[in-house]
Amino acid sequence: MSPQKRVKNSQVQKRTSQVSGNYPTNLLAWEEKEDLNDSKYSLKRGQNNPVEDYGHADDQAEDALQIAVRYFEKGPVKTSQNKDKILEEHLKTVENVALKNGLAPEGIDILLNVALSGKFGSAVNTRILKCMIPTTLISEHSVVKAVSWLCVGKCSGSTKVLFYRWLVAMFDFIDHKEEINLLYGFFFASLQDDALCPYACHLLYLLTKKENVKPFRVRKLLDLQAKMGMQPHLQALLSLYKFFAPTLISVSLPTRKKIYFKNSENLWKTALLAVRQRNQGPPPEPLKLMLGPAKVRPVKRLPSQMGAVLNNSLLLHYINCVKDESILLRLYHWLSQTLQEECIWYKVNNFEHEKEFANFLATVNRAQCFLQEGFYSCETFLYKSLPLWDGFCCRSQFLQLVSWIPFNSFSEVKPLVFDHLAQLFFTSTIYFKSSVLQSLKELLQNWLLWLSVDIHMKPVMNSPLETTLGGSMNSVSELIHYVGWLSTTALRLESNSTFLLHFILDFYEKVCDIYINYNLPLVVLFPPGIFYPALLSLDSSILNQLCYIMHRYRKNLTAAKKNELVQKTKSEFNFSSKTYQEFNHYLTAMVGCLWTSKPFQKGFYIDPDVLEKTGVAEYKNSLNLVHHPALLSYAVSFLLQEWPEERTTVNMRSIRGKKWNWYLDYLFSEGLQGLKLFIRSSIHHSSVP
Amino acid sequence: MDSYESTHQHIASSRLKDYFIGATPLQKRLESVRKQTSFVPTPPRRKIPQCSQLQEDNDPQKVAFLLHKQWTLYSLTPLYKFSYTNLKEYASLLSAFIAAEKQKGLAVEVGEDFNIKVTFSTLLGMKGTQRDPEAFLVQILSKSQLPSENREHKVLWTGWFCCIFGDSLLETVSEDFTCVPLFLANGAETNTAIVGTWFQKTFDCYFSPLAINAFNLSWMAAMWTACKMDQYMAATEFLWSVPCSPQSLDISYAIHPEDAKALWDSVHKTPGEVTQEEVDLFMDCLYSHFHRHFKIHLSATRLVRVSTSVASAHTDGKIKILCHKYLIGVLAYLTELAIFQID
Repeated sequence: MSPQKRVKNSQVQKRTSQVSGNYPTNLLAWEEKEDLNDSKYSLKRGQNNPVEDYGHADDQAEDALQIAVRYFEKGPVKTSQNKDKILEEHLKTVENVALKNGLAPEGIDILLNVALSGKFGSAVNTRILKCMIPTTLISEHSVVKAVSWLCVGKCSGSTKVLFYRWLVAMFDFIDHKEEINLLYGFFFASLQDDALCPYACHLLYLLTKKENVKPFRVRKLLDLQAKMGMQPHLQALLSLYKFFAPTLISVSLPTRKKIYFKNSENLWKTALLAVRQRNQGPPPEPLKLMLGPAKVRPVKRLPSQMGAVLNNSLLLHYINCVKDESILLRLYHWLSQTLQEECIWYKVNNFEHEKEFANFLATVNRAQCFLQEGFYSCETFLYKSLPLWDGFCCRSQFLQLVSWIPFNSFSEVKPLVFDHLAQLFFTSTIYFKSSVLQSLKELLQNWLLWLSVDIHMKPVMNSPLETTLGGSMNSVSELIHYVGWLSTTALRLESNSTFLLHFILDFYEKVCDIYINYNLPLVVLFPPGIFYPALLSLDSSILNQLCYIMHRYRKNLTAAKKNELVQKTKSEFNFSSKTYQEFNHYLTAMVGCLWTSKPFQKGFYIDPDVLEKTGVAEYKNSLNLVHHPALLSYAVSFLLQEWPEERTTVNMRSIRGKKWNWYLDYLFSEGLQGLKLFIRSSIHHSSVP
Repeated sequence: MDSYESTHQHIASSRLKDYFIGATPLQKRLESVRKQTSFVPTPPRRKIPQCSQLQEDNDPQKVAFLLHKQWTLYSLTPLYKFSYTNLKEYASLLSAFIAAEKQKGLAVEVGEDFNIKVTFSTLLGMKGTQRDPEAFLVQILSKSQLPSENREHKVLWTGWFCCIFGDSLLETVSEDFTCVPLFLANGAETNTAIVGTWFQKTFDCYFSPLAINAFNLSWMAAMWTACKMDQYMAATEFLWSVPCSPQSLDISYAIHPEDAKALWDSVHKTPGEVTQEEVDLFMDCLYSHFHRHFKIHLSATRLVRVSTSVASAHTDGKIKILCHKYLIGVLAYLTELAIFQID
């Protein structure tokens, strides 16, 4: 659907339902429910389908409410014998639902009409008005319609008074006030009614804008005051007028404040609290924030403090551009304290707030992601909270915090974060291990991005850079070695799990491309504890990924070598020959296994006596592209596909010469792109076995 | 466009440099947190509070007012753009805010007359070093309805802010901030909440209740026992809580203050200082004495309150300071705890 069309549609919907679209129920749903109810279908459906039984009672209450509302809409039934009983029943229904959950805007719209149209007696109207409690909001339009009934003169004085009181009490829940403000003159006129006057004053007090203050109104108010004496409600309105237009009112008003208005809210007090809670969640007012250390306050909304920037991308942008240490400090303090106060594993038995804390962490993470930069507060929070973390609570959000640790000297952060993380890592499930590796991969990526931007923006001449760049690269390589150590141990603990290997190799996919992708002078190879399990894996995708990584290592190393030759000058960042040797060693092992069928000779050396003892007759072939356990099934499929007639005598050894090349094409067509790249770049085709 | 890019470059590159030389206040902050987290959370030795360290310009009446009252402790992050020259203005703003909070829904004008009055005043001399910012006192007073009554207003609520030997915090903020990390309140909690909210909104700071854990309570017990007293006003008393259901059990343990001092002197070696070993030894002696008589291992319970002639403190973060001479010493330790909490 095109955006334009969507807008149109929603407008239509708005018009039909006469309320704006963000209400929980719209008119369509409302009508649909009625239909279901008429055919008694909903009840049956509820019984037949156990899944929908949940909330069945609520459904029933809703249905009853609909019937009741419809009853009131139609007006009293004159003929029925037990009409009082029916009326009473329906009133009860409405009252119960209203007090429990509040009424939807549509319900209020209809019932307000009923109450003010005078279809029923005054007592009924009063009861209806008393239960006009919104679920969340009241539509402005309903109010305007209701006010129009006041002009017809169908309702009694007491109903009018009650309606005004209701308006005052519910003022905050009316969705818009523009149209109501247009009725300012009407409300002003009702000041003349003695019974209405105090409540009209209160309503006007809430409604008055500067442009409503007119000389003729001031005169009228002063007249009223002269007539009725110093009434506190008139005084309040006058002082508000005086505030807006000091020149219009010359009389002096007493400065000492008394309670100006009779409390209109009383009737609906508990209901109002409930609505407020529904609208804003548990903390009804920020004042409760700091009462007693034991009380936990869930973070629902951010205060009017620096923390408010977290939810506002424009402000985040601003703090990112403005070089003002104070702003960062303010954010730092606010965020540190909030994290500390809300962190649920600091407190005993407060796990019901886990969701809120997780949401808060998610907000923080979003902000960090938006800024592409970690907050210091989060870093210090990690220092303090990681040792106490169970590795379970808010796991994904917390691990995401780890991935946003600002770039740092690794050795300094290691005892604070990574040593604790390692403890949890080794003692937790494979899924936890994988998540940790995933977030460490993101951490590495963030550090690399950060460094690559920073270093290349800086003119090389600038002073402490040279040592700094060396230090930075050291830090990154220490991080990589740390992950290598974690991974090697984890593979042993999890008996070379393929699942885990995937996450480990994902990490090394980042590592192998640092030189080319981030233009940073660093190549770190994986440890043997990762390379060999990957090479000997039973899973073809692992082998494929390994081939891809080896291919990228090769690209990066050759690029580095080329640059060295071009620059000629000895730079600090020339890689030691050890790195190249290491790579060549791995490469030889791989080619020996997969291609030349000469494993265990160079690189991957195993004493022939030991091999003899394994009892495998042709061990030399057993790891080549045909016989490698990860690829064996491909070889069989290849033979069956190409020579289906030889189904009974599948001869693997027949794959050689021309067939070998066809087999390679077959493998590549099966999606082993890493293998393809590896073979194309690392093996000269003259050496077809 | 050019100029934009160059400033951007400057910002980005200078950050990297900052990382390594720890130049900015934030960096220093981070450094100090790292130090605290990586080593033992508290330094293993502290000075025994010295006799009256109040600066000479203190107001004895005000100081006396602070003693013998129970204060609830809070830690407070640095106040942004707080100025000691605006105290009068703050008083009128805060009183308007309180009035507005109390009669919700009605507009109030700043500067109007309410039936309460708020005062801000500095507590001269209440500091450890000259670098410490001046402590200040906030009071909510009720105004008598009849002007003819004597002018004395009734104090409804008192709170005060201070920073005693707060160097570690002071050096990590820029000049836009005022560091008074320790906040003490006496009076209705609703008033504390309103005042706190106003401060939080006005100075973008953050209040957190400051609880005192058993570890720090033992330190207090040792340091306060070590103080030289001319005469003891109260017994030295400890309260332990035994977690058991349905009701927890409290064990109170009172010692004659001179006996406590004698015990302390027997474990105390380094003159003028208290060390972690001494604190542990002091408490262990108390434990073993108790065990000998009652066969109860107090070390398995939780210390919740310590009272001495110098001061008494409860784990909930409530404190009562009794001795004028050691006021600064007590506050210095509380400041240290508050700073640790806001790090």
